[in-house]
Amino acid sequence: MSAFNAIGEEREIDRDEFTPGVEPQPTWCPGCGDFGVLKALKQALPEVGKTPEEVLTVTGIGCSGKLNSYLDTYGFHTIHGRSLPVARAAKLANTDLEVIAAGGDGDGYGIGGNHWIHTARENHDMTYIVFNNEIFGLTKGQTSPTSPKGHKSKTQPSGSAKTPLRPLSMSLNAGASYVARTAAVNPNQAKEIIAEAIEHDGFAHVDFLTQCPTWNKDARQYVPYIDIQESDDYDHDIHDRAEAAEIMRETEDVLNEGTVLTGRYYVEEDRPSYQEEKKAVGELPDQPLAERYFDEDAEWERSYDLLDRHK
Amino acid sequence: MSDDELIWRIAGGSGDGIDSTSQNFAKALMRSGLNVFTHRHYPSRIRGGHTYVEIRAAADEVQSRGDGYNFLLSLGDSFARNPKEDAYYGNEEIKPLSENLDELREGGIIVYDEGLLDEDDVAELNLEERAEENNWHVFPIDLRSLAKEHGREVMRNTAGIGVTAALLDMDLDHIESLMSDAMSGDVLESNLEILHEAYEMTNEDYEFEHDLRVPTGEHETEQALLSGSNAIAYGAIDGGCRFIAGYPMTPWTDVFTILSQNFPDMGGVSEQVEDEIAAAALAVGASHAGAKAMSGSSGGGFALMSEPLGLAEMTETPLVLVESMRAGPSTGLPTKPEQADLEFVLYTSQGDSSRVVFAPGDIEEAYEQTRLAFDIAWEYQIPTIIIYDQKLSGENKNVDVEFFDRDPEPGLGTTLTEEELKEAAHDASGKFHRFQHEPDNDKHVSPRSLPGQKGGRFLATGNEHSPVGHIEEDPDNRVFQMERRVEKLDSIRKELDEERPSNQTYYGDETADYGIITWGSSHGAVAEAVERLNENGHSVKGITVSDMMPYPEKEMTEFLESVDEAMVVEMNATAQFRGLTQKELGRFGEKLTSLLKYNGNPFEPAEVVEGYEINIANEDRETTAQVRFEPAAGD
Repeated sequence: MSAFNAIGEEREIDRDEFTPGVEPQPTWCPGCGDFGVLKALKQALPEVGKTPEEVLTVTGIGCSGKLNSYLDTYGFHTIHGRSLPVARAAKLANTDLEVIAAGGDGDGYGIGGNHWIHTARENHDMTYIVFNNEIFGLTKGQTSPTSPKGHKSKTQPSGSAKTPLRPLSMSLNAGASYVARTAAVNPNQAKEIIAEAIEHDGFAHVDFLTQCPTWNKDARQYVPYIDIQESDDYDHDIHDRAEAAEIMRETEDVLNEGTVLTGRYYVEEDRPSYQEEKKAVGELPDQPLAERYFDEDAEWERSYDLLDRHK
Repeated sequence: MSDDELIWRIAGGSGDGIDSTSQNFAKALMRSGLNVFTHRHYPSRIRGGHTYVEIRAAADEVQSRGDGYNFLLSLGDSFARNPKEDAYYGNEEIKPLSENLDELREGGIIVYDEGLLDEDDVAELNLEERAEENNWHVFPIDLRSLAKEHGREVMRNTAGIGVTAALLDMDLDHIESLMSDAMSGDVLESNLEILHEAYEMTNEDYEFEHDLRVPTGEHETEQALLSGSNAIAYGAIDGGCRFIAGYPMTPWTDVFTILSQNFPDMGGVSEQVEDEIAAAALAVGASHAGAKAMSGSSGGGFALMSEPLGLAEMTETPLVLVESMRAGPSTGLPTKPEQADLEFVLYTSQGDSSRVVFAPGDIEEAYEQTRLAFDIAWEYQIPTIIIYDQKLSGENKNVDVEFFDRDPEPGLGTTLTEEELKEAAHDASGKFHRFQHEPDNDKHVSPRSLPGQKGGRFLATGNEHSPVGHIEEDPDNRVFQMERRVEKLDSIRKELDEERPSNQTYYGDETADYGIITWGSSHGAVAEAVERLNENGHSVKGITVSDMMPYPEKEMTEFLESVDEAMVVEMNATAQFRGLTQKELGRFGEKLTSLLKYNGNPFEPAEVVEGYEINIANEDRETTAQVRFEPAAGD
C-alpha cells in the first residue's frame, strides 16, 4: 500500500488540469517566450501520462520562477539559483516522484552554476529546463551569463567584454545524459523535446530559448530557426559524444550571428541514472524513503543496537 | 576528588596515532570500573604539530577536563621534519615534551621516548632541575627501539601503554582484550609482545618512588564510551532521521561521517554535495518530499546555509541543522573550540527569524536535544538547530548503556495522510490549504501534505503566500502569516515549559545568592567549579542553559531574581549569551558580570573558581590565565 496514490495513477488526463484555478493568467509580458515553456509542459505532461499530483515542479527566482504559479502541480518556488539541489533531494527522498526543475539563465548558469555542473555530473533522474533569454528580466535588463559579447545594459554601459557561456557544451562536459535546445517560437518541437526529456532516465537538460520582448529588444526573436534533425545541412549522431560536441559548439557560435539552431544534441541511453547507481552500491533504499514513514510494519533501527563498538 | 584521579596525557604529532591509542586506553579504564572523560587538543595540520589527548579517570563522576594533569606520556613528534634553525616550524620533535610541562601537577609522572628525542634538546629544557622543584618522576625510555625489536616503529604507542600500566600498577587484561578486538594476526601478536615487554621491563628496571596509582572503581551498570558527535548522530537516528546532506568541515565532519557510515544499513540516504548551500537546500528538498532530513556544518559552511535556512522558515519546512562551532572569525582556529557563533546562528538569514536553537551541555544532552530537535521540527514545521562546538564534538565520556534503551520516534509530526487530506480545507480548484491563517489548534501550526499525495497539491514558495501557497502581497494575509510563523515559537516555549523536562541544568547551593551561569559545552567545567566552591565554604548556585531560542524567560527570570549577582561564563570575547539574556529579559544588567575565554582552549574549573574570587572580593587583580573578567554594566 502506497501513501502516495497520485503516483502511477492510470486515468485520462486533460491538459486543463494543469491550469490552476487561482491565477490561470500568467503575469508575463505579452509576447514573452516563457508562455512557450508553460504550453509545452501542459501538452507534454498528459502525453507522457503524468497527473498534476505526481509531479513536483521546482523553480528558482526570476520571471521563469513563476512557472509553477501557472502550472498546477505540486510546486516549490525556491531561492535564486537553488532549484537543483532542492529538486534532486526530493527525487532521492521519493524516487517515484516526477521531478522537473526550471529557472532562467542567470539562475541556472550564473548563481546556480555550481549546482548545475554537479547535478549533471551525477546524472540525477530529472528534467531541467532553462529559460534562456540572454538577459536578466525581472530585475529589468542586466547582462546575463548568456548575453552576447558587446551587449549593452545598465550594468555594462559600454558593452559586455565577456564571451557568453556555452550552455550545451558545458552540460555535455559536466555529464548530462540528455541535452537539447528548443525555442518558444517552435511549439511542436518544444513539446516533443520536453516529453522526451521527462521520459529520459537521467539528467535531461533543455536549453529553452525564450525571447524577452521587454528587456532584450535588440535580441533576435529566434526566428527563423533551424531544427538540426529536420535540416539536410546537419546530420550528426546524437549518441556520439564527439559529434555532439562539435555541433553544440557551432550552435553556440552562430546564435549571436543570427542563426538559431535547435533540436536534440546528445542522448546517452545506456548510462544508469544516479538513483540507479546509488541503489547499486547499497546507499539508496529500493522502497522510496518517503514511503517508509507511512509504513506501519516498518522496523526502525535504534542507536541502542549500535553500542557494542563503544563498550 | 583531585587526590584520587588520574589525568593521563598522551602527546605526539598529528598522524602519530594518538587518537586511537587514547580511545582504547580510555575504554580500558572504563572497563576497569572508572568514570572517564577525554579532551582532545590538536592543530589544523595533517602531519606534525603538537597534539595531545587527555584522559581523566576517577571512581566518582567526571564531567570536565581537570586542572592540569598528573601523567605525561610524551611520544615525541615523529613527523617533525624541518631541522633548519631558521625554519618556521623548526624541529618540533621535542614539542610533545616541552609544550606540556607547564600544566603538569606536582608529583606528576613523565615518560618520554628517549629513542626519538635528542639528548641535547632534552638538556635544554632543564628537565632535571624542574623535576626536582616539582617533585616530578621522570622516566626516559627508548620506546622506539622496543617497538622496532618486536614489530614496527609505529607500535611505540603500545610500548608507551605498557610502561604506563606498569607505573600505575594497572592490570593488562582490559588493554589486551581491547587490542584483540581491534587487531588480528601478526599485528596483534607484535603489539601484545611489545605491551608485555614494556610492562615487565619497567617493573624490573625501575624502583618506583611515585605515589600515583590507577584509581579503582566499579560500575553498577554497563557503560559505553561516546563522543558528543556520536551522541548527536544517535539522537538523529532515534529521532527517525534517514537523510543527511553535507560538505566536509572540521569539526562537523564527525557527525556527517558517523551517519554516512550507518545509514546504508538503515535504509537511510547520505549525500556529500558540492557546497553547503546545496547541502542545506538538499535537506530542505528531502524534507519537503517526506524524509526526516538534516544537514549541518561549522561556522564557515553554516554561513552558506543562511539562505536555505530562511527558505525553510518561510515555507515551514521541517529541518534540523547542526552547527559545530570553532574559533572564528573566518577560518579562525580551525581545530579549537569557541562559543562565538551564537548570535550568528540565532539571527542569520534575512527577515524576522523563526527557528529553534538548542545548545547541549554534555554527551547525554547532545543525544536528548538532537532527538527533541527532530520532534519539535516536525511537529511545528520549523528549522531546529543544535549548536555545539569542537570541544563537545570530540570529547568522550562513559554513559550508562540503558540510557539509550528506548523506542525510536520516526513520526512525521503534523504531516497529514491521504485519508486526513480528504477532510482538510481546499480551495475551489482543489488546492490544499497548506498555510491556513487560523489553523484549528493552539500551536499556530497548519498541517502539511507531501508531493505525490492525492488531494494535497499546493505551492511552497519563499515569497509571502496565501493559504494555498500562491504568491500574495496582500497586507492582511501578510500579517496573518507572519504572526503565525513567529507565534509558533511561543507555542514551543509553552510546550518546553509545561510539558517537557527542563533543558536547563541546575546545580550548587539552591539558597545561594551568588549565581554562575553558563551555556552549552562549558557546562562540565563550570559545574565542577561550583561544586568545588561549595565544598570550600562558599555559597554558589549554577545553571547551564540549553534553550537559546525560544529563550527560557521564566526559568532565567526566577534564577536571576534569586541572586544578588551572577557571573556568565562563556568561550567568546563579546559576552554573547550575557547580551542575549539582557535583550530577552530587559533587565538584570547590573547583576551580570562575565568571565570570557577565547584563546582556543576550553575552561578549566580552577579558572572559573578564580573568576568568582576576583568578582566576590572585588579585587583589582588580573586573572592568571588567558581569561578575561568583565564587570557588570555601570560598575
